[in-house]
Amino acid sequence: MPGKLKVRIVAGRHLPVMDRASDLTDAFVEVKFGNTTFKTDVFPKSLNPQWNSEWFKFEVDDEDLQDEPLQITVLDHDTYSANDAIGKVYIDIDPLLSSEAATVISGWFPIYDTIHGIRGEINVVVKVDLFNDLNRFRQSSCGVKFFCTTSIPKCYKVVTVHGFVEELVVNEDPEYQWIDRIRTPRASNEARQRLISLMSGELQRKIGLKVLEMGGNAVVGYLQCFDLEGESGLVVRAIGTACTLDKLSNPSAALLPACNSPSKEIKEVPFSEDPNPNTHSSGPSTPLKNQTYSFSPSKSYSRQSSSSDTDLSLTPKTGMGSGGSAGKEGGPLKTLLRQQTQTALEQRGGSPRMFRRREFPFFTLTCFPPGFLVHVGGVVSARSVKLLDRIHNPAFVGIMGNTRSYKLLDWNSFSADEPETRDAWWEEIRQEIKSHAKALGCHAVIGYSESTSICEEVCILSASGTAAVLNPKFLQDGSLDGCSEHRLSRQPTYFSTGSEKGEFDFLPLSKDSSSVLGLEEPSPPSCGFCHIPYDELNMPFPAHLTYCYNCRKQKVPDVLFTTVDLPVEAAVTGKGCLIQARLCRLKKKAQGEANATAISNLLPFMEYELHTQLMNKLKLRGMNALFGLRIQISVGENMLVGLASATGVYLTALPTPGGIQIAGKTSSDITYEQHISNMQKKINDTIAKNKELYEITPPKLFALDPEVSTFKGQNTEMSEEIIGSPIPEPRQRSRIFRSHSESSDEISELDLSHGKKDAFVLEIDDADAVEDIHSLLTDAPLPAGFYSCNTEIMPGIYNWTTGLQMFTSVRVFRLNNVNLTNQGLNKIFNDLCENLLKSLYFKLRSMIPCCLCHVNFTVAVPEDELIQVAVTAVAMTFDKDQAQESWKASVDKALMKVIAENEEQLQFPLELCSDSPGAQPFSPRKGTVSLGLQESVSTQAIPEAQRAASVEYSSFANRCNSWIELVKVKALTIRRGSIKTTSSLEKASPQALGHARVRSTTAYTGSTITVVKMTPLSFIPGAKIVKYVGIINMFFIRETTSLREEGGVSGFLHAFIAEVFAMVRAHVAALGGNAVVSYIMKECVFMENPNKNQAQCLINVSGDAVIFVRESELEAIPVQPQTTSSQASNGGADVTT
Amino acid sequence: MAMELDVFVGNTTIMDEDVYLLWLDGYTVSDAVSMRMKSGILEQCGASQDVLESDTMDHYRTFQMTERLLHNPSKLVNQLLFQIPPHRQNMLIERWGGGAAIVKITVQKCYKILNPFSPSLAPSLPPSLALTGRYYAFDEAFVREVLGKKLSKGTKKDLDDVSAKTGITLKSCRRQFDNFKRVFKVVEEMKGPLVENIHQNFLLSDRLARDYAAIVFFANSRFETGKKKLQYLTFEDFAFCAEQLIQNWTLGAVDSMVEDMDVDLDKEFLQDLKDLKVLITDKDMMDQHKSLVCTALRGKLQVFSEMEGSFKNLSRGLVNIAGKLMNNKDVRDLFIDLVEKFIEPCKSDKWSLNDVRLFLTQHTNSVRALDAFKHQAVWERYMRVIQSCILKMYHD
Repeated sequence: MPGKLKVRIVAGRHLPVMDRASDLTDAFVEVKFGNTTFKTDVFPKSLNPQWNSEWFKFEVDDEDLQDEPLQITVLDHDTYSANDAIGKVYIDIDPLLSSEAATVISGWFPIYDTIHGIRGEINVVVKVDLFNDLNRFRQSSCGVKFFCTTSIPKCYKVVTVHGFVEELVVNEDPEYQWIDRIRTPRASNEARQRLISLMSGELQRKIGLKVLEMGGNAVVGYLQCFDLEGESGLVVRAIGTACTLDKLSNPSAALLPACNSPSKEIKEVPFSEDPNPNTHSSGPSTPLKNQTYSFSPSKSYSRQSSSSDTDLSLTPKTGMGSGGSAGKEGGPLKTLLRQQTQTALEQRGGSPRMFRRREFPFFTLTCFPPGFLVHVGGVVSARSVKLLDRIHNPAFVGIMGNTRSYKLLDWNSFSADEPETRDAWWEEIRQEIKSHAKALGCHAVIGYSESTSICEEVCILSASGTAAVLNPKFLQDGSLDGCSEHRLSRQPTYFSTGSEKGEFDFLPLSKDSSSVLGLEEPSPPSCGFCHIPYDELNMPFPAHLTYCYNCRKQKVPDVLFTTVDLPVEAAVTGKGCLIQARLCRLKKKAQGEANATAISNLLPFMEYELHTQLMNKLKLRGMNALFGLRIQISVGENMLVGLASATGVYLTALPTPGGIQIAGKTSSDITYEQHISNMQKKINDTIAKNKELYEITPPKLFALDPEVSTFKGQNTEMSEEIIGSPIPEPRQRSRIFRSHSESSDEISELDLSHGKKDAFVLEIDDADAVEDIHSLLTDAPLPAGFYSCNTEIMPGIYNWTTGLQMFTSVRVFRLNNVNLTNQGLNKIFNDLCENLLKSLYFKLRSMIPCCLCHVNFTVAVPEDELIQVAVTAVAMTFDKDQAQESWKASVDKALMKVIAENEEQLQFPLELCSDSPGAQPFSPRKGTVSLGLQESVSTQAIPEAQRAASVEYSSFANRCNSWIELVKVKALTIRRGSIKTTSSLEKASPQALGHARVRSTTAYTGSTITVVKMTPLSFIPGAKIVKYVGIINMFFIRETTSLREEGGVSGFLHAFIAEVFAMVRAHVAALGGNAVVSYIMKECVFMENPNKNQAQCLINVSGDAVIFVRESELEAIPVQPQTTSSQASNGGADVTT
Repeated sequence: MAMELDVFVGNTTIMDEDVYLLWLDGYTVSDAVSMRMKSGILEQCGASQDVLESDTMDHYRTFQMTERLLHNPSKLVNQLLFQIPPHRQNMLIERWGGGAAIVKITVQKCYKILNPFSPSLAPSLPPSLALTGRYYAFDEAFVREVLGKKLSKGTKKDLDDVSAKTGITLKSCRRQFDNFKRVFKVVEEMKGPLVENIHQNFLLSDRLARDYAAIVFFANSRFETGKKKLQYLTFEDFAFCAEQLIQNWTLGAVDSMVEDMDVDLDKEFLQDLKDLKVLITDKDMMDQHKSLVCTALRGKLQVFSEMEGSFKNLSRGLVNIAGKLMNNKDVRDLFIDLVEKFIEPCKSDKWSLNDVRLFLTQHTNSVRALDAFKHQAVWERYMRVIQSCILKMYHD
């Protein structure tokens, strides 16, 4: 019973008039936590009541503290009738539970009503007295810090990265309860908001428990999502990366991650080899039907899985790779496990299987501390189509009739099957991702994320990440498995020394460390990550390799795709740009399995085309790598919409991309040839223009004429539209397609199909192709002064100034034309996105020169004929004139320093090579995959029996996957000096401008409202984040029954988004913060019924509340930095810490 | 095929000054779009018309949402819905002021504007003030139509005539009228100085607050300003006169803590004005007064002989106005009386402004030498206002 929550209601202002007669309001407040409620006195006849209440005290379990939101309801007292609710405020008190976050929540909160929106504000003070609870069996995880930021938070240093944590909770959706038919929309919305708040609290607590079990104290890259499955319920799921973080007392120390004594870290480094990626198949997998394959009933699986939880303490799981995700069992078990780990370590090689619990070496981070990232393999992804079947289990049905108790019923008690089912789905996908990564010779997946798209009863689950090899120094507890060993042993040239050493010297090896990590010759950080991680002679996919253009020593692929941010130290030529591939595919309306089948059949083609587009657009811009790749495929009743976004860059280490060559039909028609050559000219011009625009001028030394050279620069792109010869050697598209779809059997053919030609050939043999080329060329050029990217920062721009504008833009397009073709649809969708971007550029023109960063598009098909596109991004100004050279120089210096330090510090603690290379078969297998190359389909397309049978399959899938998905990639990255460079970057920002702005900021004294910046990035240009005050995770529903009166759908949504921003800012300010970083709008579900004059919208946002201090102010007043004038009261005291 | 929904929301609320003015002027979205197109903004930014439409819609929505707050500007300062931080606002103001001349010029070309701030004043204002200021700004032509009228529903109904006459959109007329009325209602019964109250409650700039004070004052006393003879006077003339009246003739001039102190004239003082009649009814006193004035002004006045000839008429006019002021009806006619009884005669004799100034100064001061006259204080309080008003109003 370890907590006392204290709440004081101070005052209200701007309340709405509730009594028409007097034009006033008699307001009072109900404060509710758990099932305890307090009330203030009624403050009669005022729109600005001063309650000045006593402290309301709630004595509660810390478990409840974590799960429950504080609920504050403002009401209008009415003597004769029921009191009218004015609105509510939900306050998540989680930030108060960590000693390092906020200590008090105090400020003005908008009073929110789901029907009327914001109605006045209320001033509240909340404190928590927490008693220490040393009970190891506790169910709470107070004190674990959560960060949405996908890099190591700025004022912390990472001690250990423990690895992947995930959890999900399921409940029925109040909107679909029987009671919803008789209650008001308001009651229903509030029930939903409250339920989701409870569920996310519970989810966070459970994840926290897992983290504690792993020995960590924080979750970084925490991503929580809601799946509104309709009838079948509501799923709240989250993934994250467990870490042990140390707070830096001195911000300047943040520049380098401190290195702990090697021995400590090494102690728990995993050495066990995960025997097989396919072990999960031993349990019957998918409980629900999908496509045409039937699976064993769900129950058997879930039972099995849950029973394994209980077994675990006694017998470490053996064959069961899946079992629900790490750490569902209680703390003590984990402790036991860890002890065993250590024993095992001592015994060296004893019972390795014990550690498979942490089987997913996944990291939700996209940015890594120096020295962490060793190699980058390429993008891995998996998709699966599932049918959402309601599980009619008596327990579940039973609760339908129950009254809803205040507390979320534990799913274990009534709907245990549900989370198990969902767990199993994700489990499957993660296994697949893992095996893909393995095939790339990588032992880890970074930049990992998961998403769903739901339409009626069909759900597409997607996961993607970047296969990578990480430096195990920071890792612990089995978050790595043994994959890396294969690679090492198979790459004798570079790694043999290391591997041998690794094998014998498990203990601190600081003496050899440099030789180990750097191997014989440390790769320069600027190109190291581009070097292939896999064995050149035994490549997982037929990539085309050249020697690195930077160091000339190791091999690189010709194109690199990743889902992570560009490592800061990477050598980049010119600037980057946002590249999008957009695609719509019509689909017949269907139900149930037929629908699922249709979707699964479409998916591979969509992915193929998206990749083709990406590749073409990349080449068109003269670039050779994609970062931050995110592919979203949304499903609607009658279409699928695919959107791939990434930031293209020219990596200096990679070969110059070949041009795009157009090949016509074998036609002798002169005009036709004329036409072709015109197009060719246009394309060449565009490429040249783009090169100029993005300042891509490869160093002469290596910049061989693209036409002639990139000798073998052709990378075997499977996804390329036409692979092969630069000479228009007519190869029928259809044929290629066929080979794709026929899949596995033709692997060898595919392998061979890439000639040693450099240019990329687009063949025009039908209208489609013409269309494709057209769309290629119609991408509107960026207006002068604008750049855009979807990564954290724009490659090639370093001198950010302080201008910052985060925004959300939403568009919904109605297709009235019923007889649309795929092309027509594509064009509409393409125009929709292009116009949206154009609008953004226009809106933000006053910020020029500026860059749109972290441009995050989400597409949805909310209804039959609607396409919804939502964008959240931040526009940041930069100084065009600032000489980049000086910056570069300083970065280089910093880098060198960091490298030097790292060389000394890096260890190579892995025990290497318990596995022989032969264990990874790379020879093609036949017949198992129906749609061959498209991993997404293949996953679920494989009948379970087959899957269980085949080790081969998985490795095969890996290959297919890697081909298509990412296709050429590779890398050896040592992310060194990233923090250092970032900070020097900030310092480099022009002081003069900064000063000017700051001055004007402080001049603003009229208001008591803290200015709160919001940004999807993890940093604020020109400023230093001095403290993280808590995670923001909010869910709102807004509904209206007077849509026209509120300005139609646009007016309604505009107001709602503004309100959401306002509520986020208010919460941040109340926590003492002055900014939200890593802000993301994860969900924006909009539904309308214009005929009934109704609309409803759900928005889910999250981010990290922080306190930042301007660098200029830091310098001016190092002791007592002032953030903003109004900030002082709240956060001022904290600023100095 | 149509865009069903299209919104853009920034964490920092973007407010385009040009669009704001168009909105204030009551233009519809499509009118605003075509005006913006004429301003050449598309060419500058390489955008297309639908981009401009979407942008204009966004702004209009934002302004409509802000309007509720603008009605009560003190709310605007601590509202949470829109974040309008200083640097952004400064930028807007800079663009508005000297910074981007192009913008200003195009704006002026497209539609008339009344910038309530001098550019030098603007940058020091907090953001919400600038916003409010713009919202509460009014058109000269409009205010001249409404000044001194009762701010009632009846007047509001006639706004379409005003709109037709001035060429200002009806929407804009209504907004301006509502602004007058809103301010009037709030400060009408308040204690303390009028300008200060307006400044506090509506966060208007000093200049604009003074203007509103004048409007409120005129509306309260219903001064006649619409007669043909008064048409040559600008709002600024009246505003100046109102200020003089407020400072000298209201209750507030004597006691600063009474209700309505700046709005209502000091009744006692108006009563006392009757006593000034002695200046014209007592023949000796009038002659003495005249000779004092003539002696002092001889050789200094270009129109000396005319002055000598019309002294009695002018003097009688001034004192008679004073004598009538106790009746509300005659208070309303103050300005018309000043024009008819003093300004027109002088103008017809081609007095220069300097002549008028010298005459009035001497006329006022000479009274001190009249031993028989016992109402010096009242006289000076009266003439202080009359003198400055006449001087202000004495132009073509």
